[in-house]
Amino acid sequence: MTAAVAVFPGTNCEHDVVYALDRVGIESELVWHRETDLSRFDSVLLPGGFAHGDYLRVGAVARFSPVMNEVKRMAQEGLPVVGICNGFQILCEAGLLPGALIANRDLAFICREVEVEVTDTETVLTRNAELGQRLRIPLNSFDGNWVDPSGTGRVVMQYVDDPNGSQGRAAAVANEAGNVVGIMPHPERAIEELLGSADGAVLLSAMTG
Amino acid sequence: MRVTVHVTRRPEIADPQGKAVSRALADLQYDKVRQVRIDRTIHLDIDNDDPEEVEYQVDSMCNAVLVNPVLEDYHVEIHK
Repeated sequence: MTAAVAVFPGTNCEHDVVYALDRVGIESELVWHRETDLSRFDSVLLPGGFAHGDYLRVGAVARFSPVMNEVKRMAQEGLPVVGICNGFQILCEAGLLPGALIANRDLAFICREVEVEVTDTETVLTRNAELGQRLRIPLNSFDGNWVDPSGTGRVVMQYVDDPNGSQGRAAAVANEAGNVVGIMPHPERAIEELLGSADGAVLLSAMTG
Repeated sequence: MRVTVHVTRRPEIADPQGKAVSRALADLQYDKVRQVRIDRTIHLDIDNDDPEEVEYQVDSMCNAVLVNPVLEDYHVEIHK
């Protein structure tokens, strides 16, 4: 199993993600956003950062990068597609996840560890966790406030407190099939005790099935 | 042909920026301000003089990238 880790101009968490995936036994490879063939991979992860400068709206320009055609194909084929932070924003803009992300309620850039609770274990990110399991993972975002006027989005992880105003206290959201998941906090930054928490491992390790 | 696209956040979507500015105005004793909403204006200069074609093109641009329909509404103004 090899995971593709997509790198856009402005992505900045890709090396942490590769390191974290390696820690949980998943081989991965960085792929540039102009890549048009991901057929050698069986999952794809969109890491955090500021893809294309987040100009216009967060994730708005990234969704037109050539690699997104392959991300869409993989999503349709039921393969694991995971977006972390800015990657979550890109998946929403691309229409692969419902809703959109706007500025945090208090207009503050939030950079601290938060506690999240797993509310749905039928996804490619949460299937190794237990229902109701609480995880400590760092949050690091300005536009982390998920809104879904349709009210149909599937919240799979919730903040225990309410740091940013996110609808339904959503920290992670999945598509109907559960193979596309967006998560706002950074599991790759909670991968060993040295970092203060190793709770992210239970999530990332799930990508292999 | 010059075109202005007014992109407004839909009324049911929170506007944290507008809210922060509204608090600042209240601190400055502008106490009659009921609400502040901050929107985006996009100016385009298009090499085409046919208003109908331009309107069609800009509409298509709005749907493709300029506007996120989950959050925003838009209004196109064509300057003749």
